[in-house]
Amino acid sequence: MPSVYENIRSNQQKTIFLISAFLCFIVILGWFLSQVFGNEQILYFAIFFALFQSFLSYWYSDKIPVWLVGAKEISKKDNPRIYRLVENLAISAGMPTPKIFIAPERQPNAFAAGRDEKHSVIVLNQGLIDLLDEKELEGVIAHELSHIKNRDVLIASVAVVLVSFVAILSNFVFRFAFFGGVRRDDRERQNPLLLILFFIVIILAPIIAQLIQFAISRKREFLADSSAVLLTRYSQGLISALQKISQNRIPLRNQNPALASLYICNPFKEKNWFLNLFSTHPPVEKRIEELRKISF
Amino acid sequence: MAIFWLLIFLSIITIYFYNRLVSLKNQALEALSDIEVQLKRRYNLIPNLVETVKAYASHEKEVFEKVTEARSRAMMAQNFKEKEEAENLISQALKSIFALVENYPQLRASENFQKLQEELTDTEDKIQAARRFYNSCVRDLNIAIESFPTNIFAKIFNFQKMELFSVSPEEREVPKVKF
Repeated sequence: MPSVYENIRSNQQKTIFLISAFLCFIVILGWFLSQVFGNEQILYFAIFFALFQSFLSYWYSDKIPVWLVGAKEISKKDNPRIYRLVENLAISAGMPTPKIFIAPERQPNAFAAGRDEKHSVIVLNQGLIDLLDEKELEGVIAHELSHIKNRDVLIASVAVVLVSFVAILSNFVFRFAFFGGVRRDDRERQNPLLLILFFIVIILAPIIAQLIQFAISRKREFLADSSAVLLTRYSQGLISALQKISQNRIPLRNQNPALASLYICNPFKEKNWFLNLFSTHPPVEKRIEELRKISF
Repeated sequence: MAIFWLLIFLSIITIYFYNRLVSLKNQALEALSDIEVQLKRRYNLIPNLVETVKAYASHEKEVFEKVTEARSRAMMAQNFKEKEEAENLISQALKSIFALVENYPQLRASENFQKLQEELTDTEDKIQAARRFYNSCVRDLNIAIESFPTNIFAKIFNFQKMELFSVSPEEREVPKVKF
């Protein structure tokens, strides 16, 4: 089994790879567009944009996901029960207590984000706090803390920011192309730029998704599950939490596919190919089976 | 020439294993001082608790003396074993104070006492958490010291195994509830 330190290193390397791949991609795209339109400024803009986006994805990797789901930070005074749960588990993991946020979502789910132990957040949906009891919550929080400790969150958060860009772009293009009120006979008069964008997105989305699949291995969920049990010394808590979470059918209010890989369980239950494109979760049954094998 | 390369090779692996042992040892020491932080918090809370309870139950001298004595013993403790025993004594003494309070409904209802009780319970949990982390660090260190080939370097540079916290027999017992 790989040690935590090897894991950290491999996650850091993958993050560098992901950011550089993204940089190259945008710059090549910019060059291509500047050739097509004969305008060099597009290339400069692309370079600037790619650098800016990469910087943002690294530096604000804890803030952007929180902002995307509209979560509120809690202090010890607001919610001593939750705060203490996280604080005590962080002590037994030997790491600083991350910032704790609660998202106004009824779907029971949770995620962690950030670039390292000192700059990380843990976000719990209100639905999760309402549904689970103390021991189950402990299991979920320990799982998220393990993700932070292994630096799984670094790569996942960077990926979120990069994918958000593609998701926003494709959402925009899809809407415009299908529901934009453009009638078929008007197609000739349509802006060629939009058509180009449309094809770019069609090609871009699966490639980026493939990159994410490559970068975020499914093994990390199993690893985080087993590290969580090592922290709480009680596998039943996480098992019943996973069962309750996966049986729940409440949809997310904020359906951002970019966030899918961050959550503890896949937040998109319906069979929507686009939403599930970015999902990297192994099936819950398999995870529970692995957890049952752990004994003390 | 061959001897030269051999020397280079030997010094590289020596540096590697020596540094590994140093970092493991320091992690464990840091974890130990994290426990100390939580213990200090408990030391500071105890006089407050004693004062609060005294105001309502001044004649229960024995219990107060027990907890105060355990506290000073723990603060004076010289080695790991002494410290661990004294800390466990504090835990027991605190339990007897909380049991005693059951007889004083007024005290139990006082806001000050409730806050202290909550703080102490939380500190108790944090001490357990910090000990758990310490144990996991010491486990890594001890495994490294015992296993081959790190054990050779541990012998040469005199790295000692560190002690683990054990759960005391009193704490391991599930408390019996009487009706």
